[in-house]
Amino acid sequence: MKRPGLQSRWLCVPGALWIGVFLLAPLLCVVAVSFFSTGSYGEIQRPLTAEHYARFVGFGALGWDALYPFIIARSIFLAAASTGLCLLLALPMAFFIASLPTRWKSAALTLVTIPLWTNLLIRTYAWQILLSGTPFYPGAVAVFVGLVCDYLPFLVLPLYASVEKIDWTLAEAAQDLGAARWNTFQHAIWPQMRPGAVAGIVLVFVPATGQFVIPDLLGGAKTVLLGNVIQQQFGPSQNWPFGSALATIAMLLVLMGLWLYARAAKNDREATLL
Amino acid sequence: MDAVGLVRRFGDVIALDHVSLSIGRGEFFSLLGPSGCGKTTFLRIVAGLDAPDEGTLVIGGQDALPIPAHRRAVNTVFQSYALFPHMNVEENVAFGLRMKRVPRAEIQTRVRRALDLTQITELAARKPHQISGGQKQRVALARALINEPEVLLLDEPLGALDVKLRRELQQELHALQRRLGITFIHVTHDQDEALGLSDRIAVMNAGRAVQVGSANEIYEKPRNRFVAQFVGGCNLIDATRRETHIAHASFGELRVERELPSEKVTLAIRPERILLGRTAANRFDACVVDTTYTGAETQLVLRIGNATLKAVTINNAGATPIRIGETIPVNIPPEALLVLED
Repeated sequence: MKRPGLQSRWLCVPGALWIGVFLLAPLLCVVAVSFFSTGSYGEIQRPLTAEHYARFVGFGALGWDALYPFIIARSIFLAAASTGLCLLLALPMAFFIASLPTRWKSAALTLVTIPLWTNLLIRTYAWQILLSGTPFYPGAVAVFVGLVCDYLPFLVLPLYASVEKIDWTLAEAAQDLGAARWNTFQHAIWPQMRPGAVAGIVLVFVPATGQFVIPDLLGGAKTVLLGNVIQQQFGPSQNWPFGSALATIAMLLVLMGLWLYARAAKNDREATLL
Repeated sequence: MDAVGLVRRFGDVIALDHVSLSIGRGEFFSLLGPSGCGKTTFLRIVAGLDAPDEGTLVIGGQDALPIPAHRRAVNTVFQSYALFPHMNVEENVAFGLRMKRVPRAEIQTRVRRALDLTQITELAARKPHQISGGQKQRVALARALINEPEVLLLDEPLGALDVKLRRELQQELHALQRRLGITFIHVTHDQDEALGLSDRIAVMNAGRAVQVGSANEIYEKPRNRFVAQFVGGCNLIDATRRETHIAHASFGELRVERELPSEKVTLAIRPERILLGRTAANRFDACVVDTTYTGAETQLVLRIGNATLKAVTINNAGATPIRIGETIPVNIPPEALLVLED
């Protein structure tokens, strides 16, 4: 018997082609470029070398300096902190929107997405103006305001979708079996939301690690982040191979983080009591 | 367990209308009624998942209403089972004890015992989506019973199962209840289930407990039209009082053993109490309008005058088949005629 799955496999060909040509191939180029040397005028040339990775780890002309790992750590911290902040705000929002009567739901969801209709730069400049009179600008608070404003919708939408589908009798069952509020949430509600939360966290965390416009404009350019450095390498510094090496490392770190999370989640699901 | 004057309104709808029920320790008590009669609302209030607008609830001598659901000694087997999908059978069953911070070793032994009791030991490592409806039902039961509640609530526990499995589990449920001596409050719209399992039954309609009594009382002495018709089939006969024991129906005089309380009365008789072909008091000639053969018995629709009555006859060996259009003598025994309140 012919499985319907075999035929529908062809349906993903256009998408796969698109991803292959416009995403995977350039990505491989980036990885490849990171192993070439840089000429004095920024040419990408032979011989193949690992010097850019050595430079990242801190072995430069001036001896050892952990500048770049430090920048990456700072970027990841900033991304994690803004993801956490978004999650804290998005959780109650998702529950609130799901509790609204049907006709208000779509209105609320539209409100959530409205910031996305405006260009990121314009939004960020708007925050600059709005916050300029306050002690928060320029500084970390302003950066977080900008980041959260930028990424919140990406967490609210998938979370809302999973809250909508929650089977509340499970919460009642948990209560019935002796679970107080927090336990009910932890054991009966959160597991149902986890897929949505993971999707949202990935959507926020990954782009936030590469973010540089908002920290630049709202942080007063005092903090150098991964995004800034990479942008510098491809722009003013004309050192594409080093920029590529940085991008590759950042990507590997993010992938590793996601992999660790996925493994932890899987273990968690498979853990048995006895 | 004592519930007194429980009232629960949802907007303009009264889900519970002054329901008072007294349920003894170790009793198998059923709430029987059509959907929307308030029986599930009652259960949710006992479980603490809903609160009444008026009334009191005492469980084990203690006012239960201020006690939140998670601290009541009451557990529920939900209609949809409500098993935690991300936990396996064992974890589901252990959940209540984990919440009570029972030591691990004790949880293990009690989980084993509960799984044995409900005969699902071999399913311990499965996830809810990997087991059948009947098995889910057992898991839900084990998960509730492991907490050793004072009262176990069962919300249409067998509703989603096919008939054969249902009968099997009914018997098991009955045996389990006898063995454990826990008070069971069981909600169902299936009268056979209620009659077969329960020590006592409360028939509910439109938010009220219409009649409370043993299966036998409910069936043999229904108080009003609703109970008579909802529990088992019943023929209703409108009549007027002629003498204390003689009623006048549209098709003739009926002698009634019980005393007739008022001028206008509603009499009721179960189909199986109408006797065919006998001669005694209340003898009539009936025309057979329709017959339905169901194997063990044949259901008849009879016409006496302008009244239509249902009757039933057991298909004994050698019983002469009854044909449509035939006129047969029937007897409505005076002692089988019930006098209803409305």
